Amino acid sequence: MNTFKRLREFYLPYKRYFFISIFMLLLVTAFTLVYPIILQVTIDYIVLDQNYYLVPYVAIGFLVITALKGVAVYFHQYLGELFGIQSVYKLRNALYRKLQFLPFRYYDNARTGDLMSRLTADVEGFRFFLSNGFAQLINLTLLVTMSMGIMIYYSPRLALFTLAAMPFLIVTVYRFDKKVHPAFRSIRKSLANMNTKVQENISGMNTVKSLSKEEFEIGRFDDKNNDYKDKFIYTSRIWAKFFPVMELIGNICVVMLLGYGGWLVIDGQLTPGVLGLFVSLIWYIIGPLMNLGFIVNMFSQSKASGERLLQVLDENEDIFDETGVIEVDRLAGHVEFNNVTHRYDTEEELALKNITFDAPPGKTIGLIGATGSGKTSITQLISRFYEPSRGEILIDGHPLKDYSLKSVRHNIGVVLQESFLFSSSIKDNISYGSPEASMERIIDAAKRAQAHDFIMELPNGYDTILGERGMGLSGGQKQRIAIARSICIDPSILILDDATSAVDMETEAKIQAAFNEVMKGRTTFIIAHRISSLMHADEIIVLDNGEIVERGTHEDLLNNAGQYRSIYDIQFKDRNMFLQEMK
Amino acid sequence: MPEKEQTKESVEDRTLKRFHYSNDNAIEKPFNWKQMTRLFGYMKPYAKKLLPLAILGMILATAVRLLAPIMIGSYALDNIIEEGDLNFLWIIVGVLVVMYLIQWIGNAIRIYYMNKVGQHVIFDLRKALFDHIQRLSHRFFDQRSAGSILVRVTNDVNSLQDLFTNGVINLLMDVIMLFGIIFLLFMISPELTLAIMIILPIMFLISTKLRRKIRRSWQDVRIKQSMINSHLNESIQGIRVTQSYTQENENIGFFRKMNQENYEAWRNATQKNAIFRPFVEMSGAVGTAILLWYGVFLIQAESISIGDFLTFAIFIGMFWEPISRLGQVYNQLLVGMASSERIFEFLDERPSVPEKPKAKKLKDINGEIVFENVEFAYDEDRKALKGIDLTMHAGQTVALVGHTGSGKTTIVNLITRFYDPTKGKVTIDGNDLRDITLDSLREKVSIVLQDTFIFSGTIMDNIRFGRPSATDEEVKEAARMVGADKFISQLKNGYETEVEERGNILSVGERQLLSFARALLADPKILILDEATASIDTETEQVIQEALKKLLKGRTAIMIAHRLSTIREADNIIVLEHGNILEQGNHDELMKEKGEYYKLVKAQFKVLDVG
Repeated sequence: MNTFKRLREFYLPYKRYFFISIFMLLLVTAFTLVYPIILQVTIDYIVLDQNYYLVPYVAIGFLVITALKGVAVYFHQYLGELFGIQSVYKLRNALYRKLQFLPFRYYDNARTGDLMSRLTADVEGFRFFLSNGFAQLINLTLLVTMSMGIMIYYSPRLALFTLAAMPFLIVTVYRFDKKVHPAFRSIRKSLANMNTKVQENISGMNTVKSLSKEEFEIGRFDDKNNDYKDKFIYTSRIWAKFFPVMELIGNICVVMLLGYGGWLVIDGQLTPGVLGLFVSLIWYIIGPLMNLGFIVNMFSQSKASGERLLQVLDENEDIFDETGVIEVDRLAGHVEFNNVTHRYDTEEELALKNITFDAPPGKTIGLIGATGSGKTSITQLISRFYEPSRGEILIDGHPLKDYSLKSVRHNIGVVLQESFLFSSSIKDNISYGSPEASMERIIDAAKRAQAHDFIMELPNGYDTILGERGMGLSGGQKQRIAIARSICIDPSILILDDATSAVDMETEAKIQAAFNEVMKGRTTFIIAHRISSLMHADEIIVLDNGEIVERGTHEDLLNNAGQYRSIYDIQFKDRNMFLQEMK
Repeated sequence: MPEKEQTKESVEDRTLKRFHYSNDNAIEKPFNWKQMTRLFGYMKPYAKKLLPLAILGMILATAVRLLAPIMIGSYALDNIIEEGDLNFLWIIVGVLVVMYLIQWIGNAIRIYYMNKVGQHVIFDLRKALFDHIQRLSHRFFDQRSAGSILVRVTNDVNSLQDLFTNGVINLLMDVIMLFGIIFLLFMISPELTLAIMIILPIMFLISTKLRRKIRRSWQDVRIKQSMINSHLNESIQGIRVTQSYTQENENIGFFRKMNQENYEAWRNATQKNAIFRPFVEMSGAVGTAILLWYGVFLIQAESISIGDFLTFAIFIGMFWEPISRLGQVYNQLLVGMASSERIFEFLDERPSVPEKPKAKKLKDINGEIVFENVEFAYDEDRKALKGIDLTMHAGQTVALVGHTGSGKTTIVNLITRFYDPTKGKVTIDGNDLRDITLDSLREKVSIVLQDTFIFSGTIMDNIRFGRPSATDEEVKEAARMVGADKFISQLKNGYETEVEERGNILSVGERQLLSFARALLADPKILILDEATASIDTETEQVIQEALKKLLKGRTAIMIAHRLSTIREADNIIVLEHGNILEQGNHDELMKEKGEYYKLVKAQFKVLDVG
């Protein structure tokens, strides 16, 4: 229950819906139980005692009660659902808010699929319990106890006799639920496996076809398809085994009732009406009991869902504005690192060790080194996506933490190796960081990123909607839109993280030209594998295992005969050969 | 200033509309007999074996359901109230027990066998679809996103599941039930039956009209819900961009609006939905009221017995179930229409590179490839190749050079017969590609793509994909040959390390090496290589260059090359522009010519210089 208590801020504001709904439920149950009593009255007093003049009153009374019950059912159901969906609305907003502000640290270890299932299936599980679970539990208890109460009131002997079968029913329901839930889980798992297989096959179709492995793939898919079918049939066997038995137990109950009750009636110890009453009441006990397993299971599932939701909500947003931060519209872009050391939470080794450098406004810094050497860590610290473990980062002479996050990040434009574009129009993608940007500013950014021409060739120009993950554009085109996006905010610091590595040479030439244009007047950090991309930087920093091993201008480093020089020799082998041929 | 206010307003307006999501859910379609016949044709294989058992079970169970109320009402209760014959009561109790045992068995048989039929049909349908998709050509995949194909194989097929497992049998069962009840009631008392039947049209109306309204409003909820999911998914994947541009609050605003719309659709649907049950109960109550009024009158007139009266009372309670389920089956049919239409659309798709019925196998070949006056167009008005004449000699390495869109990839796609030329022909050792089987062609021709696909499974499985019959030793040997064993042995579980499609365990360079090993294992006579453009760290780059040399030995190799160092080693360099061959020859020859190739090489260095 603790889980539900801790989530109470989401449903407690709507508690009045819940209470009215429950009150209505009480009415519904009461009206429901009136029906068998009417039947009894009709048989005993009207038909058998031949008080036929009462018939119209009973009939009308019956209609009125059903109508009243209808109203109660309506409000019970509607308000119960409303209670759930209102809470979900609030919960979803809170979750979304949380997701927006969780730090990179969190996303480094989170899987999209897992998060999505929390946001969808677990939210739904939680809602389902709020909307139906509580009420069903109450309904079940009420209906069963009151039906039994009425039975005992009319004939304790007969009541005891009929209820003798209930333990059998409960045991069957229990065993059924114990078997059927794992079976359903295995169906879901099997379906997921099959979906993964299909997805993989289609995404890898080029590879499949070029290696002519269609038959092999069909074989592999058959296994999954077969497994799904078998799991389903296995489940239906459980269903076929237990469900008819539950029905049988219920029916046998009725027959026993009929036999024993009939004997009592014939013996004159019971009125026929009471027998009729018993026959209809018994289903009010059997029906809900057959549902018992379902409700219990739902309860435990929604509890687990609630726990998974709390895990997300309890996560720390460890990077936020402290009180008294400075709001700055425009930074000059002077970046300094003083003895910065950083270690990622999940890793043992230091990602950066005592990094010190000074990047004055407008200068270009090149970062080069093998994968994992710490290049990206440096730029992520500048944007304050992580806090350094030790050392100090200054921007325009003030510690990074003294600025509001918005001030810092609004002055930094980032272009990554693979750009993520949203399902929006090209216009909105470019102005993502500054929604207030005018059309002129957007077009200007696109022009400077060499993107304007191809955008204009698209059927809807700047209003073209990009599909999920920006489908429909080539890698180079997406990259240029990302560049336009980064300069649309007019940043004073520009970070180009391996931005041209995923495009072909020809496009690279265009993008390089775009960079030369946009780097003017901005402090720029270029991360690259190709020396040609960063050789003109004011300072080049060569990183290895989180340490600076060499630094200086291109010429300095060539004379150094260190790592930089050997990378240069390999990459420029062709060029030197070519130059010799030309001579 | 009022003007400024306005711009602020419109900025908020813009961010509230910043994302766009489409909806790909199956929506119901009108009924179509031809399609229905075709769909139910999939049940044919089971019409003789499993289906009759299911129907037998259903009939047994339904018969008991129909007869039990009469036994209870007209016989048991009637006897108890009127005659009081104890022996007769025991007999009826005995008969009822036997009847319920029959019903139990009948239901168990029905549930089991009908599910079995349904699942077999679904299995067959899905297999047919998947197998067919494997045979479709590249053109098909060019036109569709992976997601839209996936949806048909999974969701669309699944949405037919209910129809086949429950729908069909329920339809039969409910028709029998409904007519059975009416028939039996008629036998007992025609006039009372007629009086009560008034409620049937009302019930039908509720089950169809009202329900459709409710269903539509739920559909609205589902559409909004799926948009929310799309947005959530995207916002998680793009979170780094969002935080980089500090758009958290703007997105929260967008989501709040989306969430609000979903909430309202939901509330609307719930409101409609909550009317449903009261209406159903009310219609039943009308029936019961009629029964009370008129039934008691008939008892007085001694036209029916008290037992018959009670039988009627039980049957009235049973009317709703079949009617309600018939409404559901009807809905299942409409949804099934939409799904099956989408499935059949794929099944009716013909491969654009069909195999001739008399296609022969490509036996041992030398690997000489000839293009004779080949033209090719992806679309009517977009010619990718314009009359190409070309000979690639066996054992040579040929480099294709040119700008994006010059026709390099198209030439490769024609050699692997991913497409057929629009005019002219492509031959290998003199065999027209259209006369040989696809399997034997692709056994001889391997292609190493730039964007290599990694299947989920172990590294071993991934390399073995080139030749599934290869032993573990052969796989390792191939990896050693291309120099991939070094990084593989550094992985946690070596060759048994599990990798995933988008798993970040492997770098671009390492993937490339894996695909080299894969190609080496396949041991093709003709090798096509799309050189990676992505920058790979210098160390791996060198391993790749070494591997390449080994891979090319003794094969005809066609490379889409980007690096000068690879191009200059080629025996023949073909320079393409706009679908035409501009020049060909080896590096030295072309450099001397000072033509397009010379310019291209120079331009490339210019790029490097500008940096």
